[in-house]
Amino acid sequence: MADPVLAPTGTRRDPGPWRSAARRRAGTPRGRGAAERARVRMVGGVGLLVVLVLAAVLSPWLGGLDDRLVDYQSVRLPPSPVHPFGTDGAGRDLLLRSLAGLRVSLLVAVLCAVISTVLGAGFGALAGAVGGWTDRLMMRLVDTVNAVPHLLLGIVIVALYRGSLTAVVASIALTHWTGVARIVRAEVLSLRRRPFIDAAISGGASRRRVLRRHLLPAVVPQAAMSAVLLLPHAVWHETALSFLGLGLPPHLASLGNILGDGRSAVLLGAWWIVVFPSALLVAATLAVSGIASVWRDRLVPRRRSELAL
Amino acid sequence: MGSVVEPAGLDTGGVSERSERATGHNSTAQGAPSRTRAIGWLVARRLAFAVPVMVIVSAAMFALAAASPFDPIYQYYGVQIFTASDEDIARARIELGLDDSMVVQFGRWAGGLLSGDLGDSRSLRQPVAEVIAERLPWTLLLVTVGLVIAMLVALVVGIVAAWRQGGWFDRVVTGAAQAIEGIPAFVLALGAIALFALGLGWLPVAGLTDAGADATVGQVARHLVLPAAVLGVSQSPWLLLHVRQSLLGALADDHVTGARARGLSERVVVLRHALPTALLPFVTLIGARVPELVTGAVLVEVVFSWPGVAAAVVQAALAVDYPLLATLTLFATAAVLLGSLLADVLTAVLDPRVATDG
Repeated sequence: MADPVLAPTGTRRDPGPWRSAARRRAGTPRGRGAAERARVRMVGGVGLLVVLVLAAVLSPWLGGLDDRLVDYQSVRLPPSPVHPFGTDGAGRDLLLRSLAGLRVSLLVAVLCAVISTVLGAGFGALAGAVGGWTDRLMMRLVDTVNAVPHLLLGIVIVALYRGSLTAVVASIALTHWTGVARIVRAEVLSLRRRPFIDAAISGGASRRRVLRRHLLPAVVPQAAMSAVLLLPHAVWHETALSFLGLGLPPHLASLGNILGDGRSAVLLGAWWIVVFPSALLVAATLAVSGIASVWRDRLVPRRRSELAL
Repeated sequence: MGSVVEPAGLDTGGVSERSERATGHNSTAQGAPSRTRAIGWLVARRLAFAVPVMVIVSAAMFALAAASPFDPIYQYYGVQIFTASDEDIARARIELGLDDSMVVQFGRWAGGLLSGDLGDSRSLRQPVAEVIAERLPWTLLLVTVGLVIAMLVALVVGIVAAWRQGGWFDRVVTGAAQAIEGIPAFVLALGAIALFALGLGWLPVAGLTDAGADATVGQVARHLVLPAAVLGVSQSPWLLLHVRQSLLGALADDHVTGARARGLSERVVVLRHALPTALLPFVTLIGARVPELVTGAVLVEVVFSWPGVAAAVVQAALAVDYPLLATLTLFATAAVLLGSLLADVLTAVLDPRVATDG
């Protein structure tokens, strides 16, 4: 508070509302309380994610009910003690169906994140390690893939190979490896100048051995973090594709399929068919991105940011 | 980036900043033609890069189509495939050129594209050029209004949040921005329809005009409010958080501390000294945001039955209407490249320190 530059004693004129902000900023170091907030975010994110995953995985065994049970006596019932989330247009219990959808969406997201991370890490590490013209060509290829909006490229792939889980996974994985490739390449480029690589090379290690034993293990933390950051995006992508009717086949309950059905249900006033599944979706997304942002801040202290994206 | 400033560091920092600025201005004043030429080269290089990108993207799309198990003849005939005679089907296949190899088909399509013939849409049964001419203006209208809304929200709210960093407004805004960032645009759209169209009945649910009405300015404006607002709100969090972050960085800069030390009012310091430097990256951000805008437009147009090109993409995909799908994807790619080029040129024009030989 007692900064001689920012808070001169005996100011002549009335500082107005703006002055107080300067004083407050001068007195509060940026990032005070950041540690506590990070801990809250981490614990909250992990707790929420554990609850969601457990609920999604265990729901078939709880209560012995089937999420595919169609009951035309109870179509679009509002939330009640029997159906906490209400029922959908075919009388299916929305809670069970949403949890089943969450299970499918998370499975697709994990598959996509793993595939695109492995793909991107391999591509990026190769480009960074080989260097020269190969590197330039490979990075231009990354630029090319990035120039097509991801959802559009995904739509093209899904349109031509309709209605299968593989097509959806491929359409997401094949469009999202570029970010990982860039990060891993940058990491490899900076690692190449380190003494331990020189030591390995002067010790007679072949280029392949340097790449496999020294460079790849060193980029694992970065690549793993990219995979976690990809998770919410993959969930979003799968949901969007299914919502547009281009994603998973309708018999597989994914969050996107449920929301796609909810589009017409909203017009009939059945708000719960949209509200509850999207609440689950948002909760899962926020939990994962909260964990990822804390992790990133720990891994890259210089890039410590308040953006939890 | 600490906020506690030592007077000595402040002094030298301020001077060096000023001298750097001065030389920067001198060199631009003398070398204005060379700077223009450099930017011209930048444009030329980027356009040269765009050509192979477009070729690769369209070739890759054709390769995907060639490997696809789907036979376009089913789409052409629809249900009538069951009643059509084999000769008719064979004739149609020849007319559509479906039996040629994929390379020949690609060559024909690319040749047509270069001579201005975009082919015919199989699902909408009209030339692709006509589809685009009819629908592109509506998409541009929606995206422009949505982007303006997003920028206004991001700028105003982001500046206030950064200025009041750590206060209740900042906390509420960053929290809300992160929550909205996590909500898909189509959920926002459904929520907006449920609340403003069905619940309160203020605005129409969907479409460009009321059923059967002419597309007058008033009609379109009323129907534009919800889609554009949803698009703007769904795009704003990311921009807002960036504006806030870069303004926070700028507020800790030496020249801002220098301005404070000279006793300028806080309003002048924030709006005249910190904001201009903080907004430079903003231009690049918006240029790099085109893919997300396209994605947002696809989702919003579908939910609101907006008759734009983005909704046509989904229609084309659902009907496996390959000529339309390929052309629209290629157009979107061109838009992305153009957006990033415009952003780079603008940044180079606005900031003389930016190098143009990247």
